[in-house]
Amino acid sequence: MLVKVAINGEKHEADVEPRLLLVHLIREVLRLTGTHIGCDTTHCGACTVLLDGRPVKSCTMFAVQANGHEITTVEGLEQDGKLHPLQEGFMAEHGLQCGYCTPGMLMTSVAFLKKNPRPTEDEIRWAISGNLCRCTGYVNIVKAIQHAAAKLQGGA
Amino acid sequence: MIPGAFEYHAPGSLGEATALLARLGPDAKVLSGGQSLIPLMKLRLATPPHLVDINAIPGLAYIREDGGALRIGGLTREADLEESDLVRRRYQLLFDTCKVIADPIVRNLATVGGNLAHGDPANDHPATMLALGAEVVAVGSGGERKIPITSFFTGPFSTALKTDEIVTEIRIPTPRPGSGGAYVKMERKVGDFATAAVAVQITLGAGGVCEQAGIGLTNVGSVPIRAEKAEAALKGKRLDEAAIKQAAQLAAEAAQPAADLRGSVEYKKDLVRVLTGRALRKAIERAQKGD
Repeated sequence: MLVKVAINGEKHEADVEPRLLLVHLIREVLRLTGTHIGCDTTHCGACTVLLDGRPVKSCTMFAVQANGHEITTVEGLEQDGKLHPLQEGFMAEHGLQCGYCTPGMLMTSVAFLKKNPRPTEDEIRWAISGNLCRCTGYVNIVKAIQHAAAKLQGGA
Repeated sequence: MIPGAFEYHAPGSLGEATALLARLGPDAKVLSGGQSLIPLMKLRLATPPHLVDINAIPGLAYIREDGGALRIGGLTREADLEESDLVRRRYQLLFDTCKVIADPIVRNLATVGGNLAHGDPANDHPATMLALGAEVVAVGSGGERKIPITSFFTGPFSTALKTDEIVTEIRIPTPRPGSGGAYVKMERKVGDFATAAVAVQITLGAGGVCEQAGIGLTNVGSVPIRAEKAEAALKGKRLDEAAIKQAAQLAAEAAQPAADLRGSVEYKKDLVRVLTGRALRKAIERAQKGD
């Protein structure tokens, strides 16, 4: 089945089996390997991408369902060689150890800060509750998101 | 994990979808948000030969009050309920519920219609809809029909829906003044099914007398349970601590849980008692506030 999607603003076409999961289209067909597969059971959120601006778990959606939609992956965050404030925040605040959950954390946070530019710590923790970090790095992840929120508000 | 092969259909209208479902019969499953169905397909616990994706059908996602009811389109995402001012202001029980379904990312795709049509007694909306006295509107190849929520769940993962029917709307009666509700869920972590959860909706009349009470129980039986004896015990009474305790006890007796990793039968029954008390106190407080 022919699937047409725009990923990070670039149009792609692929002929796929209906059972192909979106994450496999992204990683294996289009070779964008920034998006990770963690638990493969809809729990961990490592595979989170934006579908028309909303975070979704790409291991729990078929590629054919994305036909005609816009997808943003972690590769789409950097603009003109400049990191997104969230990426900078994760670097500055040591928001990762192994980095496995990071692409998902970033994609969830990008959409969250658009909706809620000045979040409280509780709101941040609530927003990332569908993304698991097994290095127990939530403290610094929260700090990284706060860093980015301040920067996006022009306060950093 | 790779799901079994299937043929994919994405009809653009309700008529087209129901005709497809009528033709394919039990070989087809409806794909709504997919957040329950796709995990089951990946585990090969479900291997439907055909999927009928209803996401391209326009007009099935909305939240509005009309004709004495809150009308929720079958394809409305949980995240949209959570972000709805109307739901937050007027339907606290529903608002409580949609915030604790799975996790925030799953709620961006998961739908209210799917949550009910899946027929999983561990899902959160069934108990809430039982407490609210909701009605499910389904459209099939033979037309539209309304199914009272009390006759919707027929067994584990089974509902009154026919194979060619799609949930198009959920109707919740607009609460009368003096109403309040609450959903209290015990879960091991965000995203887990409830160890147990209790949905309560009450209406207080003159002098604080309970005129109406709805109590639904999540994940403590093979189907979602309506705690009718507990409801009856509240009606016509002032809801003091003794009345709350009695109803909580009756709700615990209505639970028929199975022991699993989340707890023993005794633990879960007692949990229902405690959670019913908490949900009732919260619902009463909200009803008295009158918001």
